[in-house]
Amino acid sequence: MKIAVCLKRVPDTTAKIVVGGDGKSIDEAGVKFVPNPFDEYAIEEALALKEKAGAGETVVYSLGGDSSQETIRTALAMGIDRGVLLKTEGSADGLVVARALADAMEGEGFDLILFGKLAVDDNNYQVGPMTAEFLGLPCVTTVAHLSIEDGAVTAEREIEGGVEVSTCRLPAVLTCDKGLNEPRLPKLKGIMAAKKKPLDVKPVELAAGSIEVLGLELPPARSEGKIVGEGPDAVPELINLLRNEAKVL
Amino acid sequence: MSSTFSGVDFYNFDSLLSEEERAVRDMVRTWVDENLMPIIGQCYIEGRFPKELIPQMAELGFYGANLPEEYGCAGLNNVAYGLIMQELERGDSGIRSFASVQGALVMYPIHAFGSEEQRTTWLPRLASGEDIGCFGLTEPDFGSNPAGLITTAKETDDGWVLNGTKMWITNGSQATVAIVWAKTGDIDDSSSIRGFIVPTGTPGFTSKDQKGKLSLRASDTSELHLEDVHLPQDALLPDSDGIKSPLMCLTQARYGIAWGGIGAAMACYDEAVSYGLNRIMFDKPIAHTQIQQVRLADMLTEIVKAQFLTLQLGRLKDIGTMTPEQVSLAKRNNVNMACDIAREARRLLGANGILAEYHSMRHMANLESVYTYEGTHDMHSLILGLAITGKQAFR
Ligand SMILES: Cc1cc2nc3c(=O)[nH]c(=O)nc-3n(C[C@H](O)[C@H](O)[C@H](O)COP(=O)(O)OP(=O)(O)OC[C@H]3O[C@@H](n4cnc5c(N)ncnc54)[C@H](O)[C@@H]3O)c2cc1C
Repeated sequence: MKIAVCLKRVPDTTAKIVVGGDGKSIDEAGVKFVPNPFDEYAIEEALALKEKAGAGETVVYSLGGDSSQETIRTALAMGIDRGVLLKTEGSADGLVVARALADAMEGEGFDLILFGKLAVDDNNYQVGPMTAEFLGLPCVTTVAHLSIEDGAVTAEREIEGGVEVSTCRLPAVLTCDKGLNEPRLPKLKGIMAAKKKPLDVKPVELAAGSIEVLGLELPPARSEGKIVGEGPDAVPELINLLRNEAKVL
Repeated sequence: MSSTFSGVDFYNFDSLLSEEERAVRDMVRTWVDENLMPIIGQCYIEGRFPKELIPQMAELGFYGANLPEEYGCAGLNNVAYGLIMQELERGDSGIRSFASVQGALVMYPIHAFGSEEQRTTWLPRLASGEDIGCFGLTEPDFGSNPAGLITTAKETDDGWVLNGTKMWITNGSQATVAIVWAKTGDIDDSSSIRGFIVPTGTPGFTSKDQKGKLSLRASDTSELHLEDVHLPQDALLPDSDGIKSPLMCLTQARYGIAWGGIGAAMACYDEAVSYGLNRIMFDKPIAHTQIQQVRLADMLTEIVKAQFLTLQLGRLKDIGTMTPEQVSLAKRNNVNMACDIAREARRLLGANGILAEYHSMRHMANLESVYTYEGTHDMHSLILGLAITGKQAFR
């Protein structure tokens, strides 16, 4: 089985984010970047499927600047066989990224293409399904349980109040959710081996985007809580404040 | 792969590390967060070494990580190795001790003083955690002065017979193999000290845990008794040669401890900062008071100084020019500053600071062992004194 994993470099979820001088992007100084956590489920799934099959190839694709090479090497350290960096400057919207990824993977003969369900930096949930559309492949999103038998995919997704079970045939595109697996840590030997694995750097020209970011703002600082009293005596004042100050009732 | 602990980087220290060195550190940091932090407080209270973590640490490659790949090790440079020790000790000195003993005190002497056959037999099994090692140098009457040891190894027609008692031996009771240092000649002749590979199942070898420890409670410390322990000829480490051989092992372990001290100090500083910012007293966070800010500023300053000192030590080790005296300075400085920081952090936490739920007091108590083992703080002062003046003040 030949499996592709698409991977994005994102700020660490615990990093303190500062909006940059342009007001439209984050200030990257001092921010630690990590592989998108949902993409780690995709990496783990690809590795586990290859191990189960006992043969196959796993390839990681990432679109971004040179710094994304480090992110790709994290995947290589975990065990992915080789990496491809689609090298661009600046950021691009989801549709443009999906086009570039589809162009790069078209004709490569992948049986399965895995994504994270979303990238934690822009929370768009877009690139996986849009890439599938460009490639004309079936797509199941937010997969939390997966089995593949004789080329038939059975994927479970958690939906409101239940589980939806979908099937499709390979080749297919899946986006991975938490719960699918427990991503492994790279072993020390894996980290050492990663720099010797192939990493192709392919410059790509991106089409003009259709979405423009006008501005970024941090959420307002949470204001201090107010204790209005204790027990039943406090209820009238609480209702008064909820109605007249918070205006939620 | 993301950790909730972000370390200390006030001087862009990370820019001096390679991508690989950072990757190694971040991996170990995440492992400690996910696997050690949830259980360490309880292990400490129970006085239990978390054995269940031994296979995972082996799988990830923590044992003898700076030894060559041909023996099943990771082949890391010494800075990456040091960063592993830093991160393990951020969790607990007992876990770092376990890894130090296995790598620097058991695998290193087999690699440095062993025959090729001993290396290929033992190193892969120790790297994979199939075998657990301990290092027996200290004796009841010979601590700071190991050259005086009185364990003997007498040569026989077909091998060796060992007799003696070792004390304060980390991993002693769970080890499957011990590196034992004994005199093969006259009891006053420290040049006759040689190292032996002793499978702990050999008749005449017994061990007993030392009870009642108030420090390093999540680590086993044991007494070893060797009574007419018969060993084959090839139990001897052929290239071990006098007291300098075990001292070379200690240099390796002390190097790792120098990094470990930074880890423990970072853990306590991190805890002090977050506690100080959240604990409201007299209507404001205690970290907004001058006294606590002095505390935190002193901690940060010492950690930053230690980071650069130790990184340079690692770079010197990697190019092969590091001296034992340089290691003494770093072990002495870093463990001492970590002891101070742990104590100050404990105090900043007030009553909560005495609970196992927080980490500072556990580190504070642990670091008292680290201050004493691998050459006491005083002994390192004397080693530096000798280097400075040319006069030996030990005896
Ligand atoms: C938890 C733990 C784990 C250990 N693990 C191991 C292990 O795995 N293997 C192993 O072989 N050993 C191990 N040790 C032993 C450790 O290395 C010794 O405890 C250490 O070398 C000190 O020896 P001592 O305890 O006999 O103290 P002593 O040598 O009796 O020293 C007592 C005090 O006197 C001071 N002192 C000694 N000589 C002088 C001098 N000439 N001038 C001035 N002051 C002096 C010392 O600094 C110290 O303050 C361990 C110890 C502990 C606590």
